[in-house]
Parts: sequence; C-alpha cells; structure tokens
Amino acid sequence: MMEPQTIVPISVGEVVPKAEQAKKDGYRLVQIGCTKIEDNFEIIYVYDKDYKLINFRITVKQDDEIPSISGVYWGAFVYENEIHDLYGIHVAGINIDFKGTFYKTTVKHPFSVTITKEDDACQNR
Amino acid sequence: MSKQITIPFGPQHPVLPEPLHLDLVLEDEKVVDVVPTIGYVHRGLEKLVEKREYTEYVYIAERICGICSFIHSQTYVQGIEQIMGLEVPERAQFLRTIWGEYSRLHSHLLWLGCFADSMGFESLFMNSWRLREHILDDLEATTGGRVIQGVCKVGGVRKDIAPEKLDEMLKGLKGLEHELHDLTNVFLHDSSVKNRLRGIGKLSSEDAYYLGAVGPTARGSGIAIDIRETGYGAFGKINFKPVVEHDGDCYARCAVRANEMFGSIDIIEQCIKKIPDGPVDMKVTGAPDGEYFSRAEQPRGEVIHYIKGNGKKNLVRHRVRTPTFTNIPPLVTLLKGCELADVPVIVLTIDPCIGCAER
Repeated sequence: MMEPQTIVPISVGEVVPKAEQAKKDGYRLVQIGCTKIEDNFEIIYVYDKDYKLINFRITVKQDDEIPSISGVYWGAFVYENEIHDLYGIHVAGINIDFKGTFYKTTVKHPFSVTITKEDDACQNR
Repeated sequence: MSKQITIPFGPQHPVLPEPLHLDLVLEDEKVVDVVPTIGYVHRGLEKLVEKREYTEYVYIAERICGICSFIHSQTYVQGIEQIMGLEVPERAQFLRTIWGEYSRLHSHLLWLGCFADSMGFESLFMNSWRLREHILDDLEATTGGRVIQGVCKVGGVRKDIAPEKLDEMLKGLKGLEHELHDLTNVFLHDSSVKNRLRGIGKLSSEDAYYLGAVGPTARGSGIAIDIRETGYGAFGKINFKPVVEHDGDCYARCAVRANEMFGSIDIIEQCIKKIPDGPVDMKVTGAPDGEYFSRAEQPRGEVIHYIKGNGKKNLVRHRVRTPTFTNIPPLVTLLKGCELADVPVIVLTIDPCIGCAER
C-alpha cells in the first residue's frame, strides 16, 4: 500500500499565500485539477517535496473568479488555462492567458456539463 | 535591437509526429520568446468515467497513450486499489514492474530513433528501432499486445509469465544490453552528435524544479526526481538509483535516456530473479469510495492519476496530469535564447507526447 494522503480545505483568498509559502518551503507545483460536484467545482492544488504531497482544495461556483498562482509558479498557466477552457471558471491574472483558446473543443466548457446518453451524438449514430 | 518577427513552428512539422504549435518570436535567427499552443486533438477521455464502470475504464486509461500505455493502466489501477484498500498479490506487482520497464525501454528506443532522425542520422534511427523490435516482441509474447497490452486489471494482472519464458527474457536482455552499448556509444561519444547537442537548450536546475519539469527533462538538469523511488509496484524490493546528469542541455537529456535503458534492464533482471510464486490477481467486490493521487514514473516522467469515487460503479472524476503537459513551461524556457535551427532538436529533447497531453 502507498502512503495515505490528505487534502486540506482552504478559502479562495488563501490560494496565493499558500502557493507563496509552498515555494518558500521548497515545494514544486505538481498540478492543479478541477472536479465538478453537483453545482460546485473543487479545485485542488498539489505540491511536492521529497515525494511528500501537500494538497489544498477550494470549492467555488462557476461564476466565481479565482486568483492565478502563475506569479508564484510561472508554469501554472497550463493548468489555469485548462480549468478555464474545460470548466468555464475565470482565473484572474494568468501570465499567459489564452482567453479560451488553449483547447479547441466543439462544446464550450465541456467538463462543466454532464452529458446523458440520450444527448450524446456519438451514442445516437 | 533587431526587428522582431514571429514565425509558426508546427502544428505540422517534420520532427513532430503529433500536433504542437509554437509561436517563435525571433530577432534575426535568435528566439527571444515562445508561446505554446496545444489543444488540436483534445479527446476528453477523462469525461468517459461518467459512462464506463471503474473496472471497464482501465481500457480507456491504457489508451491515453500508445507508447506508455501500460504504465497509464498500472497507475490507474493502483489508485483504485489504494482507495479500496486492496492488497494486490506480490507476483502481480513484480509482473507490472517488469512490463513497465519494458515499456520504458521501448519508449526510450523509439525516442532515440526519432532524435537521430531529427539530426539527419538515418542509420542510427534505423538501428534504434531495430532494437526496439526485440522489446515489442517480448511484450507481445507475454501480454498479447505490442502497443496496448491490456493485462492490468483492478486487483492484479490478467496474465502470468511462465518460468521458462522469464529465463528466455533474461537471456534476450543480455544480448540486447550488448547491442545497446554499441548504440548508446554513438549517441554519447560520436563527435557529430556531441557537436549538435552540447550546450544548446540549457535548463538550469532551479528552472527545471520550479517550472515543474519531470522525468529526463528534470534529471538532465540535476533534479533527481524519479517516482520509482517511492516504491510503488515492486520497486520497494529492488535496488535502483535514478540516472542524473547536470549540464541541463540537449546532450544531458539524451544521456539520461540512453543510460536509463541499462537501469531498466537491471530492474527487469532483479525482478525476474526475485519474483515470488503465487496468484496474479484477486477477487474484487464493491466500488471505490474516496480519492487518491496515484503516481508512477513514465518514460517521460511523473504521471498522476487523480481518482475520486463515491461508492458507485462510475467514478466521479478521473484526471490525468501527464509528464508532457507539465514539461511545456520548461520547454518555453529552454527555447528562449536558442538559434532557430536548433528548435526542432530542443523540442524533441523533452520527448513530447501530445497524445498524453491531449488525453
């Protein structure tokens, strides 16, 4: 078995300070990922140092604005643009902001909706 | 200051098997800025967890990539097993490790071939791929598949390898090791290769770490991150040390991959000698209820499968952070300041797998 993991809930206002603290403590940014749970969106920031993960979770609505951590971790822009394009959540202050063109998808913000079998064009062919 | 011009690199380019676009801002022949674009073939495979039960989804996880396919399925199932608290039979863990290292070998040989081709070294390209065939033959003989193996399942593996075949693989690897020495000797010591790779596309260790570089891209810059050290699969019972180079240039990244192949052979040999007898799978009932970040070391670096379940057959979320995705910001940094003619070689040194990145 692998080691257990914990995810610490934080507020939106703590996102950047936690990123700054993680960098100061020598952690690298591993990933930022989003999950839709009913009407809410959980965004998890994952940092690693010496193979130990620390994870922070914020829970937001789709029309909420979250701050970018690309000022702290320059490479965060790939994750933040992905979250915007797939979920429609606005991330303020991204260093390289593709403004919705990072992914070219037929459906706008495709991961923000649940597609039922009846609505799926592929399933109805 | 010279006038700046922007030229497109990709999405279709002779060195790129998959679509990646870079806007290169040039002053004369020097690259001063780069804006990367992906998203041409985004498939949204993660979304399919809504339609496929967690046991069926292994097949989709494996199809994220056609090169490191096995390790994707391994990472996915070990995440599910962690959430469900399953103690997978030890023999299955050893078999997973053997197949995972075979995947690394064939991926690195594929990359070395493509890399030689990008330098115009055709005979080296063909020799790399000739040796890769031996690996693919063994994968096919033991799993039934050359590209997609389909042997990983939640709770173990679908196939066992007979002791006679393990002995045969051991002998085959001895012969391969000899040929790999001849091959890597050219990559590491030929003056034309060294002249093409030394001192270009430099990435400092600090940039590599904080920009999120993983795999040979990080280890070529002196960052000894290798998730195999966490002991997943059978790695906890194997002696193993990551291959690290310190120059941070194209040659260093090439050297990491070339030398890692010998490490993989050593790991497979240790596994074959230590593999215990016993079952290769276990009965699994119920469904995962919880969340976990499952990590593994792919040929291109650390891969993460985030899995979240709620006790039902369909997962709530499966998210994959692939190594190529996180190697894009370092790529931007190491291209800045290079000559236009060096761009194709530098891009290839992160071993971009757009299929993975566009999962």
